[in-house]
Amino acid sequence: MKQFITFVRKEFAHVLRDRKTLLILFGMPIMQILIFGFALTNEVKNSAIVVIDYAQDEASQKLISRIEASRYFEVNKLSTDHHQIEESFKAGKVKLALIFPQNFYTDLMHQNKAQIQIITDATDPNTANTLTNYVTAIIQDYQSDLNQSASLPYRIIPETKMLYNPQLKSVHGFVPGVMALVLMLVCVMMTAVSIVREKEMGTMEILLVSPFKPLLVILSKAVPYLILSLINVASILCLSVFVLDLPVNGSLLLLFAESTLFIITCLTIGIFISVRTGSQQVAMLISLMGMMLPTILFSGFMFPIENMPKVLQLVTNIVPAKWYYIIVKLIMIKGLGFSAIWKETLILASMTLFLLIVSLKNFKIRLA
Amino acid sequence: MQDVVIKTDKLTKRFGDFVATNAITLEVYKGEIFGFLGANGAGKTTAMRMLCGLSKPSSGNAVIAGYDVYRETEQIKKNIGYMSQKFSLYEDLTVLENIRFFGGIYGLTNQQIKTKSEELIARLGLEGEAKKLVGSLPLGWKQKLSFSVAVLHEPKIVFLDEPTGGVDPVTRRQFWDLIYAAAEQGVTIFVTTHYMDEAEYCNRISIMVDGKVEALDSPTQLKRNFKVSSMDEVFYQLARGAKRGD
Amino acid sequence: MRTVRFLLQKEFRQIFRNKAIIAMICVMPVVQLAVLPWAADYEVKNVNLAVVDHDHSTFSRQLIQTVTASGYFRLTGYNDSYQDAMHLVERDQADLILEIPAGFERNLVRENQQKLFVAVNAINGTKANLGGAYLAAIIKNYNQTIRTELVSGVTGDPLHLIEITSSNWFNPLMNYKVYMVPGILAILITMVGGFLSALNIVKEKEVGTIEQINVTPIRKHHFILGKLIPFWVLGNIVFTLGLIVSWLIYGIVPEGNLAVLYLFIAIYLVSVLGFGLLVSTFCETQQQAMFIMFFFMMLFVLLGGLFTSIDSMPEWAKTVTRFNPVRYLIEVMRMVMLKGSEIKNIVAHLIIVTLFAIGLNALAIFNYKKTS
Repeated sequence: MKQFITFVRKEFAHVLRDRKTLLILFGMPIMQILIFGFALTNEVKNSAIVVIDYAQDEASQKLISRIEASRYFEVNKLSTDHHQIEESFKAGKVKLALIFPQNFYTDLMHQNKAQIQIITDATDPNTANTLTNYVTAIIQDYQSDLNQSASLPYRIIPETKMLYNPQLKSVHGFVPGVMALVLMLVCVMMTAVSIVREKEMGTMEILLVSPFKPLLVILSKAVPYLILSLINVASILCLSVFVLDLPVNGSLLLLFAESTLFIITCLTIGIFISVRTGSQQVAMLISLMGMMLPTILFSGFMFPIENMPKVLQLVTNIVPAKWYYIIVKLIMIKGLGFSAIWKETLILASMTLFLLIVSLKNFKIRLA
Repeated sequence: MQDVVIKTDKLTKRFGDFVATNAITLEVYKGEIFGFLGANGAGKTTAMRMLCGLSKPSSGNAVIAGYDVYRETEQIKKNIGYMSQKFSLYEDLTVLENIRFFGGIYGLTNQQIKTKSEELIARLGLEGEAKKLVGSLPLGWKQKLSFSVAVLHEPKIVFLDEPTGGVDPVTRRQFWDLIYAAAEQGVTIFVTTHYMDEAEYCNRISIMVDGKVEALDSPTQLKRNFKVSSMDEVFYQLARGAKRGD
Repeated sequence: MRTVRFLLQKEFRQIFRNKAIIAMICVMPVVQLAVLPWAADYEVKNVNLAVVDHDHSTFSRQLIQTVTASGYFRLTGYNDSYQDAMHLVERDQADLILEIPAGFERNLVRENQQKLFVAVNAINGTKANLGGAYLAAIIKNYNQTIRTELVSGVTGDPLHLIEITSSNWFNPLMNYKVYMVPGILAILITMVGGFLSALNIVKEKEVGTIEQINVTPIRKHHFILGKLIPFWVLGNIVFTLGLIVSWLIYGIVPEGNLAVLYLFIAIYLVSVLGFGLLVSTFCETQQQAMFIMFFFMMLFVLLGGLFTSIDSMPEWAKTVTRFNPVRYLIEVMRMVMLKGSEIKNIVAHLIIVTLFAIGLNALAIFNYKKTS
């Protein structure tokens, strides 16, 4: 045991010496949480639109000023030539054009019917859809005000409640995602690369000829990363609670227990990669392409899994980060207990066990 | 023999509080084989890096091939060759490609490169290996190749940092033949080594202890001064007082 | 200039001997472009809906029918209590709950108005936003239908109605993949260029060959140029491959002028390679370079407007994005490829990226020290 501690201390010294990498390791989660928490939002606002007003009458003016008053839009250009629409779309800024035909007000009042045309830059379909919805809502509001005297009969009034995330911030799904990503980064990439580095520099052999058991040599390399990762989990949670006001609704203990399980999964993968590869570049490439990319893609935190084609949906099941992501989401945001996540935990645990057996087997073969 | 090509005056390099080389003053003459000895950590490599223009001195002066180490590092580089401790040709290029590349960046003409590389390959007996990747050659050949590349552009001075580390005695012998051949053509050789038999091959040697030059003379004269029969003993007497080391 | 030629010869030889790099250049664009747009599909469709119908009336059934017939929603639960529906939301099996209170039909007819309850799982913001809006629009339409049915042309003043026609340009099928492909191509070029150049000088440092270069009289800018040009060529190859892949798989042909696109890419590559070289002059090991690049890539991609619009960001974040070269590339790619923007539309982008290119490379040359 005393030997083991000596080894762990040596590994810590290595890790702590490389300040630049350490800075990134702790800076990365903070940067991501801050960006997700404060910079990114799925809300669409401040969108530039052009209004082409051929009518220039009471109704069109009123509608325009209502649109101007909304925080969703920046009505920055009032021109009277609709050939300019394409030009302004091409110039990039403008997302929607609203066209009032001549005699808008007269048509509306005397023929009881008038038309408005909306043209969107649909390169981004979601923004186009959302903006069309916003404009439509404003126009319909105006229309019902106009008809107030008539008092619409049979009104259905939907009352909408936003669950869990009333401000539509992106961050709610992202905190668990960032946790999965950072743990993956530290445990898989760092562990794999640092072990392979010792192999490359030849210092591994010195360790392996020591009377110390080879397995323990590898384990002692994993310990610092386990501790670093737990610190990272704690710091991400602190940030989300104190900076983002996103409380941990479920049990903190359970969350840490599950995180430890996932960290062990990642460390196992890292060790497996390091046993199989001989150069840092290859180890990096495999961890980046084989592990990081699938984590970002298929864990469900950046890209909605239910929108993927069936084949990709199946692929997501073998990504450990997906299960961890689901577990954290359920505990943290929805505040559910172990009974709700035992299935995911079981899947993750069996993955870990499988990986552990495979890499131990490989480890023995390599040493023989 | 009295053409001075390297002249240093109290050349010093500090890293924070640590004085790696402490006020080195020495002169090296044209065509001379100068042995630069010292225990591990004595400051040899640091001193050599300053002389090559790879590292800026903290204080003191040095003139290499007539150029100042502070202001004229690029002119110095045109006139020297360097072979570092670590093998540093491109392992993923072939023998010929390496020669061509280094010849090219030293500004040799295509014709010069062609004749020189033929000459070099014939001299080293590498005809069969010219098109092989350097990474696949045994260490001894790599070192000889490295040296030949370092003198390819006919520099006035060649700096060799432990060129024969880890090489078998036969190859070491061949390596020193190359050095003699170069010296005969008037190239000054500045070499560090841990092998005392190699020190005997030098015209003059200096011995560094803890960043300072403690002795400087011909091997024969040094043995006489210390009243011992071999360079090993000279070195031992000086270096055992050292406080630094691995 | 002759020196540069020798440097180039050497770099190209080394690149073509490195299988990892070749694999990266050939496989990355194909795999990324073939998989990513499918994975990064934010198109809102198949919103899972749980209905709680306390009314069980003709109207409530009609309403549910209208909603499911719209094509946007998938009915995943038909529950008797709100709690049951909530369980579906907790298990991510429902995104929206539509609760129809008891007496819906009766109250609507008798009291002329009636409330409906909609609960949205807002963890997925985009989905919540659009799903909620779709549902509201459908309810409104349904409202209109029953109103005309019930009123059938009688009573008081005629209504003043505004008819809204909308058309969607550049991407009339509202295909989200069309939007993502140019953005992903932009990320791809940035990643390939950035990582390759960042790792390159550091590798020479780690192996020790940089020493041998540093004792030669080679000029600093020649050395940097010798590193820059090969990766610039590779970047252009990757970009061309990417264009071909997006044409083959997604049928996307650039609307705008290819020359404009290549001009911008040419300058952009210089700036991103300069950034990679700058990082590599700061690092001692490949591991470090890798991590630092990874950090910045993450930052650039997140603040590049690939997934979420820059317009919606708070002011401070908008300011940060101005210093993000990736942002300009994503914008230009989308503009030129999808909208057919012309060179006069991207002059500002060109100028900014040129400044980046000059600044970053100057810093890289400055920071690359032959003498320590």
